[in-house]
Amino acid sequence: MDVLTTPLLTGTATGAILLLAALGLTLTFGQMGVINMANGEFLMVGAYVAYMTQQVISSTGISTVVALPMAFIVAGLLGLVLEVTVIQWMYRRPLDTLLVTVGVSLVLQQLAQDIFGAQGDPVSAPSWLGGRITVFGYEWPHRQLFTIVLAAGALAALNAVLKYSSFGRQIRATVQNRELAETMGVSTRNVDRITFFVGSGLAGVGGVAIALISGTNPNLGTSYIIPAFLVVVVGGVGQLKGTVLAAWAVGVVTAFLTDWTSGSWAQVVTFALVVLFLTVRPQGFFTVRTRSLA
Amino acid sequence: MTVTATESAESTRAPGGLRPSMTPARLLKSHGALIAIAVLAYLLLVWAPGSMTAFRLGNLGKYCALALASMGIGLAWGRGGMLVMGQGVFFGLGGYAMAMHMKLEAAGPGQVPDFMVLYGDGTMPGWWEPFRSGAFTIFAIIALPALTSFILGYAILKRKVKGAYLAILTQALAVAFATLLIATIKQTGGFNGLNTFTTFFGHNLYDPEVKKNVYRIAAGLVILFLVILWQIYRSRYGELLIATRDAEERIRFLGYDPANIKLVSFIVAAVMASVGGAIFVPIVGIISPSSVDASASILLIAGVALGGRASLLGPALGAIAVGYGRSSLSERFPTQWTYFQGALFILVVLFLPGGAASLTSRLRSLLSRVRSVRPATSRRVDVAPAAPAVHVEPEALA
Repeated sequence: MDVLTTPLLTGTATGAILLLAALGLTLTFGQMGVINMANGEFLMVGAYVAYMTQQVISSTGISTVVALPMAFIVAGLLGLVLEVTVIQWMYRRPLDTLLVTVGVSLVLQQLAQDIFGAQGDPVSAPSWLGGRITVFGYEWPHRQLFTIVLAAGALAALNAVLKYSSFGRQIRATVQNRELAETMGVSTRNVDRITFFVGSGLAGVGGVAIALISGTNPNLGTSYIIPAFLVVVVGGVGQLKGTVLAAWAVGVVTAFLTDWTSGSWAQVVTFALVVLFLTVRPQGFFTVRTRSLA
Repeated sequence: MTVTATESAESTRAPGGLRPSMTPARLLKSHGALIAIAVLAYLLLVWAPGSMTAFRLGNLGKYCALALASMGIGLAWGRGGMLVMGQGVFFGLGGYAMAMHMKLEAAGPGQVPDFMVLYGDGTMPGWWEPFRSGAFTIFAIIALPALTSFILGYAILKRKVKGAYLAILTQALAVAFATLLIATIKQTGGFNGLNTFTTFFGHNLYDPEVKKNVYRIAAGLVILFLVILWQIYRSRYGELLIATRDAEERIRFLGYDPANIKLVSFIVAAVMASVGGAIFVPIVGIISPSSVDASASILLIAGVALGGRASLLGPALGAIAVGYGRSSLSERFPTQWTYFQGALFILVVLFLPGGAASLTSRLRSLLSRVRSVRPATSRRVDVAPAAPAVHVEPEALA
């Protein structure tokens, strides 16, 4: 039983972090065609927010609770700054945003290294996250469960906003047809900015979860950004359900492969599987049907 | 449309070569690129070996090796519209193939490389064996990347995977490749890579004259591939490639398969990166995962973006400039290089998407805008137009 449950559970936890990182990507990519390679660094920012709140508030329980909204706001604001200063000038050149944000991510990594040092800092988890729960004979750490709860909560909130609020309707309208949304009086520029804020903020929340599991590190984002993009690619652009399914699939498949082979072979095989998947379904799991040619 | 005036003039030029009636001005226009290549050839092959110290020459040779990979990116990205972010993989295939051969040369016939005794049980995996032969190694340097890029390119290009998807997938490939190398320490030297070579095809690598000749090979390869690229760019295929980049659907409706057109440039770019990697090894003396991973691949792109992705000489010169900038800046400010690299990406892509090669045409358009009273036209210098609208710059028709 262990051979099945262990990778399944740890993989689901990894998938939850990937989901938090990928939600922002899929929103901004689907809506604006913008590829934000700096999204991984927003994870890193979230992790450092968790670290800093812990320096200020000594109680690990309270600091974790405080860190979550803080990380959302700090990472979100950074994303907003990025949008206003750089991205907004490049909407006509979506592929180029990829390179520009690569530059931004390099700068952010070096900044973190200069401020906090090249060595990572540990973040201690509150006691209520220190325990383990036994699931089918596997001692599952609470922290992994917490990641899943966090991702599920963020997903539910995002879904509710998208579905029921008027702002969510505006986002969906912009994703589906930008020009038409504009003619209907939607300020797509404002929608873009807020989407960027929310997407970056979600990555920040994911960063807190990462910090609780493995501490902070200036290069923390680089190990998550590529899997997160693979999630977006597999899930289909601008689709919440596709992203959720893809994040879970990538997380679990990688965990199983790691179990059977090794961490590095798992990466290689996962990559090969994604390429294979794309040759079968180039549009991802789900896609909005359009009449466009491409 | 992004082709600058001189480029399109030379590529739309009727075939048939030089005619005696050509005036010097027309000659310059049609063969200016060749003249520029000749000047570069003089600088790299005659001037530099004569007047630079061995250390500087070695550095320049390293930049030439990187320039080969960057020139390939220029072909795939600038002309083909495919942002390939994992050229480090192909650079690594060539580099490791060459390094394996040199490692076996250093070990001597019948012996195994030292690190295999150090980390493993002293047995050599079977796939190392053919690399004892120099001829096979050279064959592998061409064939390995060609085959790999064909399989990968066929799989993703045929399914119309493009743009950002292609960029992400190629970068993921680079990440996977580097991880794989690190994990297989007994077979590939792992994180330390392959180093401590003694001979290059039988010639002592510590001999200054041999070093100089290795540099000459690297510089010669740059010139050779520049001429090949020049020929590709002025050929019918070069035109098709640009057309595919700018209006893929039209090309499809005209009866071509855009995937095949792009696949060719993808493969050529991979082979160029591999050749660069192969000549990188004897010059630098080491190949390790850090010179083939995702960030190494991105550094290659930096040179292309700086020089001008769609131009002939831009990627090569840009790569050499980035190489020089990197070594001189990190000598002076060890930790600041990353900031410079980041800023380079942001500023160049934001303000000068055509790279340094577009400086003159941008200045010219700026001047004419200042001079003329007519309202500003929607003249765009975008390398990749968002909408595939056909928009011919007036000067491109001249």
